[in-house]
This record gives sequence, structure tokens and C-alpha cells, in this order.
Amino acid sequence: MSEILKNSLRSGPDASGHFGIFGGRFVAETLMPLILSVEKAYGEARRDPAFTGELSHLLTHYVGRPSPLYFAKRLSEQFGGAKVFLKREDLNHTGAHKINNCMGQILLAKRMGKKRIIAETGAGQHGVATATACALMGLDCCIFMGATDIERQAPNVYRMKLLGAEVRPVTAGAGTLKDAMNEALRDWVARVEDTYYLIGTVAGPHPYPAMVRDFQCVIGLETKEQMKAQEGRMPDSLVACIGGGSNAMGLFHPFLDDGTIAIYGVEAAGHGLDKEHAASLAGGRPGVLHGNRTYLLMNEDGQIEEGHSISAGLDYPGIGPEHSWLKETGRVTYVSATDEEALDAFVNLTRLEGIIPALESAHALAYAAKLAPTLPKDHLMVVNLSGRGDKDIATVAKFRGEGGVG
Amino acid sequence: MSRLSQRFADLKAQNRAALVVFTTAGDPSASVSQAILNGLPEAGADIIELGMPFTDAMADGPAIQEASKRALAGGMTLQGVLEMARNFRQTDQATPIVLMGYYNPVYIYGPERFAQEAAKAGVDGMIVVDLPPEEADELLAPLSRSGIDFIFLTAPTTDDDRLPVVLNKASGFVYYVSITGITGTVSASEAAVGEAVKRLKSHTQLPVAVGFGIKTPEQAAAVARHADAAVVGSAVVERVAKGDVKLVHDFVAELAKGVRTARK
Ligand SMILES: Cc1ncc(COP(=O)(O)O)c(C=O)c1O
Repeated sequence: MSEILKNSLRSGPDASGHFGIFGGRFVAETLMPLILSVEKAYGEARRDPAFTGELSHLLTHYVGRPSPLYFAKRLSEQFGGAKVFLKREDLNHTGAHKINNCMGQILLAKRMGKKRIIAETGAGQHGVATATACALMGLDCCIFMGATDIERQAPNVYRMKLLGAEVRPVTAGAGTLKDAMNEALRDWVARVEDTYYLIGTVAGPHPYPAMVRDFQCVIGLETKEQMKAQEGRMPDSLVACIGGGSNAMGLFHPFLDDGTIAIYGVEAAGHGLDKEHAASLAGGRPGVLHGNRTYLLMNEDGQIEEGHSISAGLDYPGIGPEHSWLKETGRVTYVSATDEEALDAFVNLTRLEGIIPALESAHALAYAAKLAPTLPKDHLMVVNLSGRGDKDIATVAKFRGEGGVG
Repeated sequence: MSRLSQRFADLKAQNRAALVVFTTAGDPSASVSQAILNGLPEAGADIIELGMPFTDAMADGPAIQEASKRALAGGMTLQGVLEMARNFRQTDQATPIVLMGYYNPVYIYGPERFAQEAAKAGVDGMIVVDLPPEEADELLAPLSRSGIDFIFLTAPTTDDDRLPVVLNKASGFVYYVSITGITGTVSASEAAVGEAVKRLKSHTQLPVAVGFGIKTPEQAAAVARHADAAVVGSAVVERVAKGDVKLVHDFVAELAKGVRTARK
């Protein structure tokens, strides 16, 4: 590991899909040949100019990239410290960063000759992005979504249905993201021939954590150029929320080797770290679930515990394995924000900048609100605004005891 | 000779396959589960697969998921699973016990410590669904030091190129998952099972057990005509759920009759 540290923090995973002790391929044998074929296909595709060219075309003309890097002047003034820039992933087609990954993987699925796409979703953003990609490519689409999440993200459920996807409610467990992922894996085992599993975050078995990261790195790469164009230099800090960790990894990864840049990943502290939460790095320990070894919330017997977050997209008891590794190397600082802090940040950004952020992204904003005031005025901070909050207005209204929505 | 080798050798001499019965430890309660377990050999089980309950049984259908849930709700732990094996060994020294489950609880317990304690408790083999050969070494080494067989799964998707990767590390027997799917759902045809067993046998000397989707004495008999063992899980677990020990043992006796007369 010291060898990797000396050279680059960006060279992982190793050939067998490990980031230090994390990652790997902990799947049933039935899936193993499939995982290996995805790895092989992706390895070929990423070197094929036809593939990368088509992806880049879609990102520009369909998704609407590059997304703006917006200097939030009023927010920065309120904070009274760092200059805060928002990476506007909320302005992507379908309203979140999830579509970046879906464009890449849908092209891969097509290349592999798959006819049917399955995906898990929490907030419904990944489900909507997947259903969108399937509509675009004319592929069958089945989205697994926890019953609890179906209730709290109703607008996205209907969007998926309009897009032609089947939405399968999952009632096992707490009916959230973890259970949706279990059910998607079960479906995949039963339909290995024609089905491609389009995982929505930097988790799951190798090659998914690396592949999803690669497709999301466009966020960080654009940020580098945009900051250079606007301020003539690199940012000083990066802040992003973490469910599985894909929007964060996409922003962080291109900057990992520049040790002067402070990097913060914000987990969901739910009701508080001493109560119910979804902060697997803060409150968990290394274990094995959903195909990889990573930090997980569990009891002393290794039974997985349910996460809790007001934000369905962060309500997951695990985290992508590369984040676990970055925590142990110390390169990234992992912090957390509570439901209440996220709600405050949600309302604050809406009022101050006229931007309704996703509740997920509001966790990043909540930490920025703590950090920015402590920093000098020439400090350049980038907060990843991973998605827009239209899907969350009913949840917010309910929490604030306000009627009239949904 | 290990209990597993001995059992397969004895049955080979009788020209019949083994009936492998799966039940989840602690399902539907610790005491009923122990009573079910203790009576399985007499009912006709030749090998016992004892499920280690887990919250996220990704390769299992509703029946075995629910079994895990009941067992965990009743407070079953890995230590409890070993306790059940120890109790069983007080009355039965011959019937092999294979633990089956997912890796995380074992990883958290500590593979080395678990292997040692499992061996002492009288456990003969382990099946860990989410540990393919690529990730298995960290458990395989402690298990082999303790004399416990690591039983690998093979599937219809495990092609001839990949089979040696799996079989190189296998011991005890080879488990063939006869369908692409989760437990307790569809069943393979007898012809498909026959073909698959032939293919596996051309790669290995180890006994071949076939499972997933075997629900009736007739299906068990069909598998027993080709394979060295037929594994019945969900169909047993559905009866365990009713909490009636006799109902379970009667069903196992029917399955055993099917298996024992299959090649006659
Ligand atoms: C807008 C938004 N941000 C963040 C997330 C969390 O996912 P990740 O940590 O993979 O970026 C989600 C997940 O649904 C989301 O919809």
C-alpha cells in the first residue's frame, strides 16, 4: 500500500478489484462468470474510441454537459468565509449526476448484447436516469425500489413508469436501498443471459466501483478546467455528500493526487451519530455485503443494520469500497450532517440562491455551512450539487409541518 | 477419514445417493430447531446443511429469507449455531454437518477463531455463498488447518474454462446449483441435471451434490439417479416454518424414501 501512496492515489483497484483490503468480488458463483464478462467488456470499451466518442457525444448533446460551476455569491456572503462554488449536476438531464454513469453503462450493456436492464434505486434518481437511458436505447427496464422509498419519492416513481420502466416494490427489510439491491441481485441471478445490472453507485462487486467512478469522473475533470478558467487556479477544498459515494468519487478522484486540496465526504447522520443514522464510515466497521468489502453498519454478530436518513439516496448501511480505502489512507476527511442540518441547508439554498437542492446534496451544503465560515475569503470551495430537489418537496413539507404538497 | 468422505464411501457401497437436508439454525425457535436437527438422521437425512442466518440472504428466495428472519428474531447467533452442532454431536457422531450461509458474520467472528471452534463443535464442512474461489483464501486456509472442508458452489454459468478454477480449491464434495436463480423457485429437468453431473464428473473425483429447486420426493429421486447427493432446502424450510417437528421429519422420511429407491 505504501507503494501506491508514494506514487498515486488514483491507481486502484488492483487487478483483482481490491483497494487495499476493500472491494473485491464477493458474489455467488452463478454471477461470477457474468461479473468477469462485464469486467472484460468494460476493459475493451474504455479503450475503444468508438465507445468513448459515443459517450462523449451523449454527455454533451443529451445530458447537457458540461454542467456549470456556479459561484454562489449570496451563499458565500452569508457564510462570510470561503468563496463557495456549486457544481451544478442538478442541471443535467433528469436532474442529478446519476445520468453520467447511466450513459456509460447503457452503452456497455448494448455492446454486450443485453436486452433487459435492471437497477436498484433509493431516491429514484438513479431509477429515473436508468429508465431514461433505456427509453433512449429501446431496452426493457425493471427498477427495484424499496416500498418505503416508493412512498417518499412518489414523483420519481411515476416518472419511471412514464418512461416505460417496470417499478418493482421491495418489501423485505426496511424497504430501502439495501433491500432493493438484494432484490436486484436475486433477479440478476435468475436472468443472467439477457439481463445487465446497471448499478447506480460506486459499490457492488468489481468492476462496478471502478467503472462507475470512471463514468462520474467527468464531474471532477470539468471542475478542474472551470475553476482554472474562472479563478486561474485549483480549488482549495471539495465537499460532496455520500450515499454509496458516486457523486463524491466523481468529484474527488481527479484531485486525489494534489495533496494541497482538502477533501470532505459528508455522510448522513440521520437523527444523530449516537442514534439512527446512515454514516457507515463514522459508525460502522469493515465487512462484506453486496459483492464487496467495505465499512458497514452492523451489529456485533455481523448482521447488517438498517441505515436511517431523511434522504432516500443516502439511506444505505454501506459505502463504496474506494471511500473505505481513502478513509484509511487519510486522504479524504469523512464527516456527517444530520437530517435537521440538511433540511436547514435545503431551505437556505432555496431562499438565498433560488436553487432547490436534492436532500442528498443538502448534506454537503450543511457541512459547507459549518466549514466555509472558518476559512479565509480567498479560499475556493467546491460543493457538489449532485441533484435537484423537486422530488423531495413533499418530504420537506411533511417535516416542516406544512401542507399543500403531494 | 472425514465424516463426509466416510458417508459418501458408505453410500457408494450401497449404490445410492445421499439425501442432504437444509434447515436454518434457530428456525423457528432455538428449541424447536434443535429438536428438528437432532431427529434428522433418524428421519432419513444422510448429511445436514445447517443454515447460518443472515439479514441479507442475497442468493435465497422468500422461504429461506423468512427462515433467517425468524431465527434472528429469536436471537440466533453464530455462537448459537455452533452450540446447536455441539448438542447434536452428543447423540450423533456419524452424520456430517455442513454450515451454509454468507461471509459477513463469519468474517466478523474471525475466520481463524471460527474454524477452530467449528471443528471442536463437530462441523465437517462449510458453504459460503458469497465467497467465490477468487476471495476464498482468507477462510479456506483456517478451515483446512482445522480439517473442515470448504464446499464450493458451481452453477450452469460455470463453464468448462472456469470449472478448474473452482474445483482446484474444492474439497468434501462439489455443490451444483442446478438452476440459474435463487433458492426455492424453479426446478431443473432430470435431463439437464444428468448432463450437468456428467460434465462435472469429467472434471473431478469429488462427489457431486445437486440442489436448488428440489421440492418433492419424486424430484429428489430423479436427481439421486444421477448425482451423489440431492439437497432439499426451501421445501423443508416451508414445513419448519409451521413449527411442527413431526411434520418436518415425516417429510424428510418421504424424501429419503425417494432417494433410497431411486436407483432400484
Ligand atoms: C441527488 C443525489 N445525490 C446523491 C446521491 C447518493 O448517491 P452517491 O453517493 O452514489 O452519489 C443520490 C442517490 O440517489 C442522489 O439522487
